[in-house]
Amino acid sequence: MSQNVVVIGGGPAGLEASRSLRDLGYTPILIEKEPVLGGHLARWDRLFPDGVEARSFLDPMVADLDGIKYFTDTEVSSINRLKDTWVVKLSNGLSAQVRAILLTTGFDLFKAEKKEEYGYGIYERVITNADLEDWFKSGAGPQFDNVNVIGFVHCVGSRDEKAGNRQCSKVCCVTAVKQACEIKEKFPGATVYCFYMDLRMFGRRYEDLYLKAQKDYGIRFVRGRVSEVSEDLDGHLFVKAEDTLFGKPMKIKMDMLVLMAGMAPSASTQPLARMVNIQTGEDGFFLPQSIIGKPCTSSREGIFFAGAATGPKTLPETLSEAASAALAIDRFLKTPQKR
Amino acid sequence: MIDFGYGLTPSATLKIENVDNPLFAELHRREPDVSKCIACGSCAASCSAGVFTQMNLRKVILSLQRGREKETLPMLQHCMLCGKCLLVCPRGINTRHLILSIGKVYKLEDK
Repeated sequence: MSQNVVVIGGGPAGLEASRSLRDLGYTPILIEKEPVLGGHLARWDRLFPDGVEARSFLDPMVADLDGIKYFTDTEVSSINRLKDTWVVKLSNGLSAQVRAILLTTGFDLFKAEKKEEYGYGIYERVITNADLEDWFKSGAGPQFDNVNVIGFVHCVGSRDEKAGNRQCSKVCCVTAVKQACEIKEKFPGATVYCFYMDLRMFGRRYEDLYLKAQKDYGIRFVRGRVSEVSEDLDGHLFVKAEDTLFGKPMKIKMDMLVLMAGMAPSASTQPLARMVNIQTGEDGFFLPQSIIGKPCTSSREGIFFAGAATGPKTLPETLSEAASAALAIDRFLKTPQKR
Repeated sequence: MIDFGYGLTPSATLKIENVDNPLFAELHRREPDVSKCIACGSCAASCSAGVFTQMNLRKVILSLQRGREKETLPMLQHCMLCGKCLLVCPRGINTRHLILSIGKVYKLEDK
């Protein structure tokens, strides 16, 4: 009988790692707290930089779970060390005794209502990047007509010590530019602004997308962080920012404002860190042995990581880390046990 | 009028709603690269005229994007069309053609 490995978190990292582990001859036990697998990816419509549909990646992964035991709507109740194994108890009453646990708990979307000055949850026309993806995907959420001026606010809950998130969430810049182009396709007559501090177009073809947004879509980029949002009697928004390149304040009337909520550590990070007694970083994400050379191994034997559980990551980074975590686990399990 | 010692200062706030004017659209038609600027400042740093005058192409482009074409004339009148900015622009904007197009579209010669 093949050896079990517990994988905690059924997003893209957990799914990809489980498939890799199965292909290496193990039986992954995949645990997901939500009713469906796929994590944040299941909510997303299209992916940067080329606008490929998210489901074109997710559907084949979810359809390929033969040989993987998975439990949705299930949480980890406790993890205890027993000699050289870990005993994992689940909320559904089952338990597993394994030598290796992979933590693929990902991230939580920053709660945009914490930035009160932007009025998310107060003004109807202020939405988040995730709300916009919902709308693109299923038409869900508030319906607006006569949308003429739309703004995107970068770095909402990223690079913000006051909000408790000093880190750059990495994906929001390019997501904002992607969504700005998409909304311009929906409302070709609209004027679309992006309020940024820096544009971090680090990935392959991201810069091309930025150029396309400028040249073909006419997206207007304003360097400056939005300071506050207010509403008039008709429900239009007034957005204040400084155009820091111009050195002057600006105030724009808008019909819709999209907040690019960043990545915060998953709420399950701290409870799990306590259960297996491992460290988290100052930023609240799990701390691997080395963020350069050993991104998948923890400070404790048999505990591994993959994906955004160790900090903001793009989807391709998450997928390749999932595969390398599976290899790290394989190498660990093939090493003779010290007694 | 009695002078009470108070004055009204015009608001410094950028009226960005006024940007969508036909002149900028015409400029964009003649030189689409005007929207490609990434505000890096290479043009202004390399500009010989800018050392002694207000000439700053980055600011000219930004002023036009923000509907403040009046502010561009005091800058542009010092340009010697030497083309050094064209050599350094990382976006490959044809700056000389852009400057000439601005002059034509906004009729700066007449002002």
